[in-house]
Amino acid sequence: MDTFLQQVINGLTAGSVYAVVALGYTMVYGIIQLINFAHGEVVMIGAMVAFTVINALAPTGLPPLVIVLAGTACAIPICMLVGYGMERLAYRPLRQAPRLAPLITAIGVSIILQHVALLVWSRNILAFPQIIPSHSYVIGGAAITTVQIAILAICFGMMAALAILVYRTPLGTAMRATAQNPQVAGLMGVDVNRVIAATFIIGAALGAVAGVLFGTYYGIAQYTMGSVLGLKAFSAAVLGGIGNIPGAMLGGVLLGIVEALGAGYIGDLTNLCAYETLAERISDCQGGGNFVLFGSNYQDVFAFIVLILVLVFRPSGLLGERVGERA
Amino acid sequence: MKDWRQRRGVLLAGGILIAISLALLPFALAQVGTSWVRITNYAILYVLLALGLNIVVGFAGLLDLGYIAFYAVGAYTYALLASPHFNLHLPFWIILPIGAAIAAFFGLLLGAPTLKLRGDYLAIVTLGFGEIVRIFLNNLSRPVNITNGPQGIARIDPFHIDGVNFAQPETIAGLQFSGPIKYYYLLVLVMLAVIVVNLRLQNSRIGRAWEAIREDEIAARAMGIDTRNMKLLAFAMGASFGGIAGGIFSAIQAFISPESFVLVESIMVVSMVVLGGMGNVGGVILGAILLSFTPELLRWTVDPAQQALFGRSLIEPEVIRMLLFGLALVLIMLFRPAGLLPSAVRKRELTGHA
Repeated sequence: MDTFLQQVINGLTAGSVYAVVALGYTMVYGIIQLINFAHGEVVMIGAMVAFTVINALAPTGLPPLVIVLAGTACAIPICMLVGYGMERLAYRPLRQAPRLAPLITAIGVSIILQHVALLVWSRNILAFPQIIPSHSYVIGGAAITTVQIAILAICFGMMAALAILVYRTPLGTAMRATAQNPQVAGLMGVDVNRVIAATFIIGAALGAVAGVLFGTYYGIAQYTMGSVLGLKAFSAAVLGGIGNIPGAMLGGVLLGIVEALGAGYIGDLTNLCAYETLAERISDCQGGGNFVLFGSNYQDVFAFIVLILVLVFRPSGLLGERVGERA
Repeated sequence: MKDWRQRRGVLLAGGILIAISLALLPFALAQVGTSWVRITNYAILYVLLALGLNIVVGFAGLLDLGYIAFYAVGAYTYALLASPHFNLHLPFWIILPIGAAIAAFFGLLLGAPTLKLRGDYLAIVTLGFGEIVRIFLNNLSRPVNITNGPQGIARIDPFHIDGVNFAQPETIAGLQFSGPIKYYYLLVLVMLAVIVVNLRLQNSRIGRAWEAIREDEIAARAMGIDTRNMKLLAFAMGASFGGIAGGIFSAIQAFISPESFVLVESIMVVSMVVLGGMGNVGGVILGAILLSFTPELLRWTVDPAQQALFGRSLIEPEVIRMLLFGLALVLIMLFRPAGLLPSAVRKRELTGHA
């Protein structure tokens, strides 16, 4: 029970970060049906910028909270600029082009951003200075740290804020209208280009915060971190139904929990020595040995297997309705 | 009639010219440096992969972002059946068909559960499939050692027929045939076969069925096309080409590890197909050759250019190479959104007559 609850807490924390990144994918997809492959790199840049600022301010002795907030405050505008820049230069000119053309420019942008980051921050794995004092609270046999609580609060806060933005403000209404039909939205007086740019900027800002959270949670950042994180978040967005904002939130949290539980239990479940009839036949099991078929290094497989299973039974994701016509 | 004869003459002359230049190319390259023959061999492998993927993406319109998995399956099949790892040393003409068949089976394995999926949902599932295959290759070394994990499999047998070993240099009629040159000729033969299959497929009953599915799946089904079998066929066929390419890759390299089959490679092959012009065999070949040579050309030009301009290397050449590569992807797509050589179907759509 303890492991279970512990893995749920860990999974929930990672999952809420996935969810925030997934929102960036799903908002862009919902509005222009583009898989923004470079979104993971925006998250990476957010983490990197925050690292630089936090590293520079750490010796000044300012309160840790102020330092982290300063890092975030620098990361957000830079990521917004990156998000706006790539929409303007690489995606907007291709809006009428065949569906796969912007996918290739997205890949190009992603390569460029990664290597620019490599130039600025080097190839090394950067370790965040440990400035936030971490207390653990014990709930029902499992530990939850202050950092985890903060991450959960910030992520769910941002999701709520985004939901209000999309469903309660004029900009949100314009975004939803553009997603439904850009031409008609344009006729109704919506400045479609501005709305699309705003979508990219909001997604990038969310990504920046997610990058900071991810960096401070795991304590490290590297120029390649965006691709793995992006892949997970993109899977989360598809799991929930791509283009669907509540879907991305659900998908992210679900993916995080499944992954954590999978990593926590697969080793025990596939330890053939735990099954008596098999244990007698396997020589490795003699004297309390183990014969583990799949260890926790299969963690990454889980996310994808769950994704495939869900899509087999619900081809348009958990909450998705609209289905793209072709590749 | 006369026009047709003239055309045939031109085609014949062009064909002979291409054949001669393909036959002489490795010797010309060997003058520049043996590494260029090797680079050309890898470029041809990419052509094979791109043509295989073109069947899935270009003809049938199914976006596959995990295509490298089939390459991996082919490569590992060859490596396991012809290396000291299991002490099996089967000849390549037995293994390559086995590899193609296993890859085709994996293609069905991927295709069957994803028949209902469309567009980007399919893209992410194929991407996940590619990652799953790679993770398994990375971890299937315990508890029973099958793939030797991240260390990979070394000392893989080269191809040999009747005592002719493809890894050994040999002198025939006064000409020096090094290992890479022999593989080059083999690869060219395989490539020509794959090109012929691709071209013949395009205008066959099957190719037209794929085209119909790509344009409108529901309409295709209404016209009596068995969309399920046709889609599975596209997956299996594309995969088997990848499997063959993988087997040859394994033999040329003599060493493989999961590192060679990462997501970036899949993305690279998709880029080749789209950048060249999906669905157009000539365009896909152009895309593959361009994208596999560009990084190499940059490798040879960027650093000397830096030395000449600033007197020292300011930035790692590798980084500039990738920056320029990313920039090239963006710029080419911005100026030629339908690819360098758009397919005939797209041209037909634009001009309005067949």
